[in-house]
Amino acid sequence: MKQKINHTCFYALVFVVVFLSLLPYLWFLNTSLKTPIEITAIPPKLFPSGSLEFYISAIKEYNLMHFVKNSTIVASLTTVITIFISICAGYALARLRIRYKGFIMGSLLLVSMFPQISIAGPVWRIMQSLGWLNTYQGVIFPYVTLTLPLGVWILASFFKELPEELEDAARVDGCSHFQALFKIIVPLSAPGVFTATILVFIYAWNEFFFALLILTEKKYQTLPVGIALFQGQYEIPWGEIAAASTVATIPLVLLVFFFQKKIIRGLSAGAIKG
Amino acid sequence: MKNIIRIRSLTRREKVFAFLLLLPCFSFVATFAFYPILNSFYLSLHNIILTFPGLGQPFVGFENYKNLIQDKVAIHSLTNTIIFVIITVMLEVFCGLIIALIINRQFRARGWVRAAILVPWAIPTVVASQMWRFIFNDNYGFFNFILFGSNVAAYRAWLAEPLFAFSAIMLADIWKTSPFAALIILAGLQTIPDDLYESAKIEGANAWQRFKKITLPLIKPALLIALLFRTMDAFRVFDLVFVMTQGGPADATNVLQFYGYKKIFAEGFMGYGSTISVIVFLITFLICLFYIRVIGTRLFQYRG
Amino acid sequence: MSVIVKNLTKSFNGKKVIDNISFEVSEGEFCILLGPSGCGKTTILRLIAGLERQDSGEIFIDGKEVSNLSPGERDIAMVFQSYALYPHMNVYENMAFPLRVRKLSEQEIDKKVRETARLLNIEELLKRKPKELSGGQRQRVAIGRAIIRNPKLFLFDEPLSNLDAKLRILMRVEIARLHQKLRTTTIYVTHDQVEAMTLGQKIILLNEGVIQQIGTPEEVYNEPANLFVASFIGTPPINLLEGIIEADTGGIYFKSGDIVINLESLESLREYAGKEVTAGIRPESLVPGQGPFSGIIEHIEYIGAEKILYIIPAGKSPSNRVDILGPKITIRTTSTFQGGRGESICFSVDTSRIHFFYKGLRII
Repeated sequence: MKQKINHTCFYALVFVVVFLSLLPYLWFLNTSLKTPIEITAIPPKLFPSGSLEFYISAIKEYNLMHFVKNSTIVASLTTVITIFISICAGYALARLRIRYKGFIMGSLLLVSMFPQISIAGPVWRIMQSLGWLNTYQGVIFPYVTLTLPLGVWILASFFKELPEELEDAARVDGCSHFQALFKIIVPLSAPGVFTATILVFIYAWNEFFFALLILTEKKYQTLPVGIALFQGQYEIPWGEIAAASTVATIPLVLLVFFFQKKIIRGLSAGAIKG
Repeated sequence: MKNIIRIRSLTRREKVFAFLLLLPCFSFVATFAFYPILNSFYLSLHNIILTFPGLGQPFVGFENYKNLIQDKVAIHSLTNTIIFVIITVMLEVFCGLIIALIINRQFRARGWVRAAILVPWAIPTVVASQMWRFIFNDNYGFFNFILFGSNVAAYRAWLAEPLFAFSAIMLADIWKTSPFAALIILAGLQTIPDDLYESAKIEGANAWQRFKKITLPLIKPALLIALLFRTMDAFRVFDLVFVMTQGGPADATNVLQFYGYKKIFAEGFMGYGSTISVIVFLITFLICLFYIRVIGTRLFQYRG
Repeated sequence: MSVIVKNLTKSFNGKKVIDNISFEVSEGEFCILLGPSGCGKTTILRLIAGLERQDSGEIFIDGKEVSNLSPGERDIAMVFQSYALYPHMNVYENMAFPLRVRKLSEQEIDKKVRETARLLNIEELLKRKPKELSGGQRQRVAIGRAIIRNPKLFLFDEPLSNLDAKLRILMRVEIARLHQKLRTTTIYVTHDQVEAMTLGQKIILLNEGVIQQIGTPEEVYNEPANLFVASFIGTPPINLLEGIIEADTGGIYFKSGDIVINLESLESLREYAGKEVTAGIRPESLVPGQGPFSGIIEHIEYIGAEKILYIIPAGKSPSNRVDILGPKITIRTTSTFQGGRGESICFSVDTSRIHFFYKGLRII
């Protein structure tokens, strides 16, 4: 009997936690599928009418598709560049004999902790002088810098787990260091590379601060900036904001549901093994 | 076989290889992280007003810092930030611990539950901010409905009242980042071998005793790491404030990073604003050092 | 294809792992680097392979000094303790890998892979991945990958230590057979002296980074250079007795406690009279049954073809405690020996087969 009470309590607790985690998000999703009248209804309607007019309005009046395009390009390019550089640096730190290894890892960690404001001004000035304000590279370069610590830490810890003899065997078989890295090590750390890719992509997709500073023209703005700055003519266009938010977050929610195991593993690898 | 210049010594070649591997990473970090920090410090020693370029950029030494100390809004932002950090970090680690304990157990649909818990972490902070802003809306927000039902006249504009606005921001932050703390603590929980609990059960310890004597001590490193990451992140709070309250009402939710942003980018005071940049950096740097010292020694204790 | 190693020294973290090592391996020779863990044998192997760089000294493979060549350029092949098979490739790809790196044509690769697979009897395994193979099969694939390139030198790093006892014996024979067939110069590292004695043509025995002796298995067994070599080689280990040489007009004697051995014919020992020496007597050089010496049988090991007797010699009182480290003598005898625990026994020594060590080095 005690077991049963224990069980029900536990599942009740689980339910509460899940409910609280998802409720605000589901509420927003729900809002996006309503009509303008339904949004302002009191008591709030639990079940939306399924109307897509806010989505259409968001696309037509509020440039939603531009935001999506920009976010996709920026996040994808950032991810590709960061992962490549992280593989190289992560391998060097995991395997090769370098002095000051702790120092390098420590300073990378520090970089990931920087308050963005500390580098915002100078980064903005650099972009301005290069003519890179309102361009993709203007945000990609800072994004790569900010995601490198994450990528390097995750990949270095995955590389460390591989047996050292594999690279020895590859070198005896005739591979150069570089060949051994990309022919043997990288394929074997595919899970780690994949996890790092997901985490870097999520970070780049969600980044707001630098996008806000560097992308001031609507044409180039990413989703977070667009959603934050949604201005209606007379009042806040909640319906469109909700629609835009849903579009912005569907890819992420899908990523999370399909890859929660890998994501969790990647985050813990970074945190605990470090 | 090799078209590159043959380097004589084998160890030399390895060193060159290591150098080449680290070069891209180092270049990025040096240009877009280390240089800007130093540059911020340099800028803070000058008087730069972006909207009046004609005034030049005269060197003013530590005058900006002197002004900063007397700047009431700045001090207020600092205290706001510190209160925010302390309260949210404590609550987040606490909630994270509860969540971690729950999802550590094996049960069906555990994967689904974990995914659901990750959703707040995965979505952009500005989206979360808009969500909560909508919930706290004074006309048709969900929060008002829960408190007052259909009694529209009683609805309050929560985000327009200083104390509630601050609490709303903290609530949103806790909602968004507890999953992250939970994951780190979960990793720590999973390193505890089951036989410790089994042996304790045989010796007659109840659940609370097992938690106190086995779980808590062994997850201390994970707790500290979660504290460290969350403290650093909480100091940087910006997105929530920008979207939900813009620092208001009346600077009630003005935090360091937001104030710095306003000064540099909204008002163009790059010199003065850089002072804030430098101070914020120094604070987080010191906290980081402090934590690493504490975590470092603690970790050595547990590695035995 | 000979290997010459001159004055190799290597330290790790300030600790000297090998100290001024020099030796030669002739063309086609099967040379064993033998020694306890930590003696530096694997380090020497890795230096020859090019996976580590020595602090000082030279390595010549086939007359050429190779210290500045990467492992892939030295035309060597290595079989690792854990086999180091590429987990994400199947057996075919694992063996093809070294050939692909050298950019051979697909037809040549296919031909060589199948030839080698046939030689090692692993043709049916070509499509499988390493994790689907047993230990012995993985071993053979690792060897296949090593021989497929026809390199000038084979290096083996304790390849049999991960196999169970029976498999180890089988693989030992296979490796020996392979060497007979291919005649490639081989350097083989092991800590197992039985492996060394059965496989090697030349044994280099190491301890703490210093070469103790270089010789054939017979030399190393019958003419050990020092105490270390004598006690390391041979199972059960050699019996060691510390004592003094006594000489008078009547003869020469070796005295250890209450044991006195008459060494009439060994005149050369007269110069050591009065000095402390260690006597080494192999278990098979003691004959139970009759003789001047006596003791109590503490334990008998019956190994099928023979028996090993553990004796507490007379003069040392047997105690009731389990005294594992107490002074014992081991005797190797035929399985027909009659006797049991606790019984007294007499035995004699074949004086022509005693070694004597003075200050660690063998004098007889």
